[in-house]
Amino acid sequence: MAVDVGRAGSSIRGARGRVSGFLWRRPRLRAIGLLIPPLGWIGLVYLAALVALLLSGFHTVDSFTGKIQGNWTLDNFRQIFSLDDTTYLRIAWQTIWIAAAVTVTDAILAFPIAFYMARVASSRVRALLFVLVLLPLWSSYIVRVYAWRVILKEDGILNWTLGKLGLPPADIGFTNTAMWLVFSYVWLPFMILPVYAALERVPESYIEASRDLGARGFRTFRTVILPLALPGLVAGSIFTFSLTLGDYLTPVLIGGPGSQFIGNVIFANVGVANNVPFAAAYAMVPIVVVGVYLIIAKRLGAFDAL
Amino acid sequence: MRRLGKRHAIVAALALGVVAALVVPTAGIGAKKAGGTLKMIGWDGYLDTKWVNPFQKQSGCKVQAKIATTSDEMVALMRSGGGGQYDMVSASGDASLRLIYGGDVQPVDVSKIPEWKQFFKPFQSPPNNTVDGKHYGISLQFGPNTLLWRTDKVKPAPTSWSVIYSNKYKGRVTIPDNAIQIADAALYLMKTQRALGIKDPYELNPKQFDATVNLLKKQRPLIKKYWVGSPDNAELIESGDAWIGPTWPITTGSLKAKKVPVKEIIPKEGATSWLDTWMLSKKSKNVDCAYKWYRYISSAKVQALQGVTWGETPVNKNACRFMEKLSKGSCAIYHAAEPLSYYRSLYFWKTPVADCGNGKKDCMDYSKWADAWIKIKAS
Repeated sequence: MAVDVGRAGSSIRGARGRVSGFLWRRPRLRAIGLLIPPLGWIGLVYLAALVALLLSGFHTVDSFTGKIQGNWTLDNFRQIFSLDDTTYLRIAWQTIWIAAAVTVTDAILAFPIAFYMARVASSRVRALLFVLVLLPLWSSYIVRVYAWRVILKEDGILNWTLGKLGLPPADIGFTNTAMWLVFSYVWLPFMILPVYAALERVPESYIEASRDLGARGFRTFRTVILPLALPGLVAGSIFTFSLTLGDYLTPVLIGGPGSQFIGNVIFANVGVANNVPFAAAYAMVPIVVVGVYLIIAKRLGAFDAL
Repeated sequence: MRRLGKRHAIVAALALGVVAALVVPTAGIGAKKAGGTLKMIGWDGYLDTKWVNPFQKQSGCKVQAKIATTSDEMVALMRSGGGGQYDMVSASGDASLRLIYGGDVQPVDVSKIPEWKQFFKPFQSPPNNTVDGKHYGISLQFGPNTLLWRTDKVKPAPTSWSVIYSNKYKGRVTIPDNAIQIADAALYLMKTQRALGIKDPYELNPKQFDATVNLLKKQRPLIKKYWVGSPDNAELIESGDAWIGPTWPITTGSLKAKKVPVKEIIPKEGATSWLDTWMLSKKSKNVDCAYKWYRYISSAKVQALQGVTWGETPVNKNACRFMEKLSKGSCAIYHAAEPLSYYRSLYFWKTPVADCGNGKKDCMDYSKWADAWIKIKAS
């Protein structure tokens, strides 16, 4: 039995050894062999599917049967960028504008929290803050959005509190303001973490050197800390901006009558009348916007901070 | 790490054998059993265990339920994966013609469903599921889009749809977020602006359509929120964010159960109404079970059970007495035994199509309605 095991083991080991030796002598082949599975996955499953979808943006759909027709046309894009009827441009603009507002809000809110966590708090307080920042992420996104609905509605917590204080009710439920508030809340952790990572990496000696050279607190902040934290802010903004840009549930749950996002139009077109080509064409708008955003972010060094 | 020895090899081989032994026969059984499993897409509550379980027992067919929340989702699900992933769908009138013309569903032989003869006449061959005399589904239940208001906030009690188009309750109106809602406005114009010559709220020529869309664009600043589904609607009314708007009887029922002061009526202009139809996928492999379901769900007793449970009206005229047994007075509440003229005064949802029978094929089809709906909301 023992002999058998040894023999079987050595023959398997021999075969394995030959293969590994062969690959060891040919590093290029080895690299290709290792890269094919992940690249094949990205290429086929992810990119090919995306390209196929986007190509359908150049088709139209027969509104009677709901079938996609084989002709090539720019009609969908003409409709989106039409200056006679700017509906789709306005919806895109509203989406981008709210995404930008959310990003700026989160940057302003996240910076002091991240700064405190990275440079001021004791390790115990820091751990506690980490838990508090991450805790909301443990519950479903929809639950958190619904919670805000309960807060903001007519007889909700906000108006109840204002009433107790003798103040007039805030009429912000089901408006774009409400959406901005909720988005800023749900994406805040995604801004705090990269900013924290960037601030933590600023060496204490830089700040001491700045102080030694006579810079006051604000000057040190402006010329030393902020530039070094900028990549973190930009990295966080990629999350807050693109997550808001692609959202379509918050407008449905929290938004008012005019709170349509790009995602809502895409959703409506995929279901309603089965107009996938138009949805695909419209989907290119956020893809281009985020693409441009990522190029700018890369220039600002955001990817070094991730 | 230990070397791979012979014993390990034997264990591995055994394990493989066991897995294979498990997989191969179950695949066989699975294929056989799949013939008895109906994958069904229904509105929330349409596949209640109250009537699905007895069906499973008596027919031997299994039911796998999938809840859909919008008509658009139903159409998308029926088409997902090239169709055939689901067997049946409880399509509303704003989805059924899309499925028929999209070639997603198969015709039904009504001679195999004797219960069909017990239906009220308008529901035997309604235009939303019967095309050129061919049936593509069996009518199920219907419910009008009534006008709902908070009796403590809206005074005097309205009698006309005009109240949701006037400034009086600005910012307190809520209406369904659904392109078919354009028909409600068209019905209002049909009764109040006869010069437009609207004859059917689902068949609008470009001029009539523009007038309707303009009315809805003017209504847009009056809206608190376009509601998405009955719970959303109920919450808006209950919290006092919205006070008035079109609703479904089930929402009114849930609000009254919570003691919210509300009332609903069918205004003097009449009302649009949904009408649901069970339809069968063209690629379904479970046709036998589907026909068993058609017969079962059309029977007076099950129709009454669903009507009372859900708060909607059966299409089977024999359902009334079973409803009374389940809940006294329910037959009258849900208008399950009215004269024919009542059913004829409701305008049942149907998908708008270009060829609406005026000979010019210039009616606005559903894709135009859907596009207009996005533009109304963005106006």
